[in-house]
Amino acid sequence: MTVKTSPVGKPLDRVDGPMKVQGQAKYAGEFPLPGLLYGHIVNSTIARGRILHIDTRAAEAVPGIEAVLTHENRPPIASYDKPYEDDDAADGSPFRPLFNDRILYNSQPIALVVGESLELARYAASLIKVEYQTEEHATDLLTNLDQMSTAPADLPGPRGDAKQALNNAAVKVEVQYTTPVEHHNPMEPHASTVHYLPDGTLEVYDKTQGVQNCMRYLEDVFDMEGQIRILTPFVGGAFGSGLRPQHQLPLAVMAALKLKRSVRVSFARQQMFTFGYRPRSIQRLTMGASSDGQLQAIYHQAIAQTSRFEDYTEQQVEWSGMLYKCPNVTLDYQLVPLDVYTPLDMRAPGGTIGVYALECAMDELAYAANIDPVELRQKNFTDFNANEGKPYSSKALLECYEQGAERFGWSKRTMAPRSMQDGHQLIGWGMATGMWEAMQMPASAKACIDATGKLIVSSATTDIGTGTYTVMTQIAAEAMGFPMDQVEFKLGDSNMAKAPLQGGSFTVSSVGSAVQKACQELRMKLLDTVQQTPASPFSGKTPDEIDFADGWLFIKDAPEQRVKLTDIAAETGALEVEASVEPGEVRDGYATGTHSAVFVEVKVDEDTGMVKVSRVVSAVAAGRVVNPKTASNQIMGGVVWGVSQALHEETQMDHNLGRFMNHSLAEYHIPVQADIGDIDVIFVEEHDEIVNALGSKGVGEIGIVGVAAAVSNAIFHATGKRVRDLPVTLDKLM
Amino acid sequence: MSSTKDHSGVTTVATYPIAIEINGKPQQLDVHPWTTLLDLLREQIGLTGTKKGCDHGQCGACTVLLNGKRINSCLTIAVMHDGASLTTVEGLASGDDLHPMQAAFVKHDAFQCGYCTPGQLCSAVGMTAEGRAETSDELREHMSGNLCRCGAYPNILSAIEEAMPATREQLERDKGVSR
Ligand code: FES
Ligand code: FES
Repeated sequence: MTVKTSPVGKPLDRVDGPMKVQGQAKYAGEFPLPGLLYGHIVNSTIARGRILHIDTRAAEAVPGIEAVLTHENRPPIASYDKPYEDDDAADGSPFRPLFNDRILYNSQPIALVVGESLELARYAASLIKVEYQTEEHATDLLTNLDQMSTAPADLPGPRGDAKQALNNAAVKVEVQYTTPVEHHNPMEPHASTVHYLPDGTLEVYDKTQGVQNCMRYLEDVFDMEGQIRILTPFVGGAFGSGLRPQHQLPLAVMAALKLKRSVRVSFARQQMFTFGYRPRSIQRLTMGASSDGQLQAIYHQAIAQTSRFEDYTEQQVEWSGMLYKCPNVTLDYQLVPLDVYTPLDMRAPGGTIGVYALECAMDELAYAANIDPVELRQKNFTDFNANEGKPYSSKALLECYEQGAERFGWSKRTMAPRSMQDGHQLIGWGMATGMWEAMQMPASAKACIDATGKLIVSSATTDIGTGTYTVMTQIAAEAMGFPMDQVEFKLGDSNMAKAPLQGGSFTVSSVGSAVQKACQELRMKLLDTVQQTPASPFSGKTPDEIDFADGWLFIKDAPEQRVKLTDIAAETGALEVEASVEPGEVRDGYATGTHSAVFVEVKVDEDTGMVKVSRVVSAVAAGRVVNPKTASNQIMGGVVWGVSQALHEETQMDHNLGRFMNHSLAEYHIPVQADIGDIDVIFVEEHDEIVNALGSKGVGEIGIVGVAAAVSNAIFHATGKRVRDLPVTLDKLM
Repeated sequence: MSSTKDHSGVTTVATYPIAIEINGKPQQLDVHPWTTLLDLLREQIGLTGTKKGCDHGQCGACTVLLNGKRINSCLTIAVMHDGASLTTVEGLASGDDLHPMQAAFVKHDAFQCGYCTPGQLCSAVGMTAEGRAETSDELREHMSGNLCRCGAYPNILSAIEEAMPATREQLERDKGVSR
């Protein structure tokens, strides 16, 4: 008998890979249904005011158009805020599509044209005439700072006396950074395909990061409890855009209910700019240190935009109170409400902006104190989270610095800016620390043995490209003691066992823990069942003394003593276990986080100012890595996002119109293949028995955090110029 | 030219017949004059493997091989392609055997969400046929019409580098067959 090795920790190929490369993975807008109708959304062209009149006659007269829905003729929807509050809702009064004549932001959905084909609906939509009563709008964060008020965030109170300590500090840095609006822009535009069933209930294929979130939302908004099922087998990227139900979903449902037909509504790419986004922000930092670089004080204020109807908050400034050892810290977070849509969590929400500012300021401090940037960070390392007053469950950040610097060749760096030229190319080496939380949410999973003896495990989570199908299969296989090909993991169905939203890097820790527990319990139950038979050779055996192979359950020391799994299942009916896991109490005494050290080389053309990120080393401490292949892909993707944040991405608004201007993939820049150089990912060893039963912290966000700072710092090192406004485009380097 | 009837039975919109070979299968189709090749594939004949990321020729998700050359199927009108031969992602594999490019994409984890993947694959095969890119930098340049928001670019590059020789051989063999 061969010794079984656990699939956890192995760089296995994705279980859904073959489907994806053959075009067999079906996304929300791709399910064919008999008699399917297509909806096209009409968007407002003003930022604030009222619809006085909406003339839909010409559109309705087009042959093949079934309906034009507006606030005047839509089916009934809830009027209070509560039903619209989803699991990721911000404080306030959520947007209610087609609710009334009010225009709250430019490009707000105001009508849905439904017809027999996509082209017809889009054409008919162009015939709709809208008369508005326009009110004055304000959309510019920078010119509306007098409107700011304290964000409803749970910030830690001031620690020590930052003001006093700053006055006394030998070295001081006082800086301001600005970051732009960014849009998620997953490659798959949001879509919902609503299947109208004969009994009037709905099955909806939706692009979402939370099938049960969307189910509850629809149940509440349309008063249809128990009549909605959401299905999401594949998601073509989301990065946060699917954390809240987006308006194509209720609009498609309205049309389906009105016409008693199946309806699909997909966003055009331009419409991917008509809902949530990363908020524009101003970050003000003042830092003081002793002459040898020991941090004495940090003051960090963030000012960010939100909508007039919700107060969107994220963790922008907390990082400055927890990443380093610093006795005096004051944090402040202000919001400016504007006539725009509410911002939305976008990959590493808050951290992406706040840590960018903190880590650029740390670089400025390193130069002010003339200390190597890595050394400065090592000097201020702490394994204690002073915001929470708790030690970290683990924090292998020093190892990240060490191994990252070694791989990158940091020791060959010369400190002075512009000191590493190569002909016309200015070479710059920069680095930054990254950090994200290691959260865990309550989750459940179901495990059963099917009629063929295969282990089927399921939970209502999703796979947004992170590798959920694969890593859950690995976790289940390990916990059960099954080979990978005898395990199938199912997800993306609101009828499955309860799962949290897929976001925040907590899917492995939350759903993974539930999967592990369900399989361990099923293993027990199988043993228990065979022990019931009289004179069972299994009686008295513990779960550790049994094993599975090729559909048999046997005793490890006596493999001839075996029983076929299908026989057990046939005799006892389905063998099924559902398990739930809550975050463990042991976590309460600790702070938990993932950390990274990012090293970046840029080459800047001296004449044109063109910046190329030629190589990146990202050393990450994220606990136990379930699948190094998919995990390093996550980190690489995060790095690409960080490079994008640093050099490319920015949604620009025409404030006269209050409307985004560059709402296409030609004008909203994200990196292409030629923009990306070598990316080297290191996972440092980190053992953590506190964070969760798997010891795994999640890797979806940590890859991006710190990258934009490392790139900016490298650009300073190359050019001697500090650009404190993202993205760092050519014009700013001239 | 023929006509279709709308739901009320009124004859309104003309369609045009085209003969087109899709993944080796000859097809007779009636298409509206405004239908793009992409919408023909996705909406009319249910081949949803080819993706729509922008509908404006800006992302490459809709890349297919038209008479062996890579094109953005969202930028061309179906009715123009009477007599053409088309390969989509669904037609790359031979039966259960993945195309070398597909196998390399799985091996190198050259995707996350998979939405850009069909376009990347067709583009990579088309690029190999063009025979103009050799070095890593050239490959990066020649694959820059295909966006990947997940940022799987380094793995996409490794996969293509590995699969190019076998892809070239396969292209040669196919040429031999069609001669
Ligand atoms: S869908 Fe054709 S290029 Fe984007
Ligand atoms: S794999 Fe998601 S866009 Fe490329």
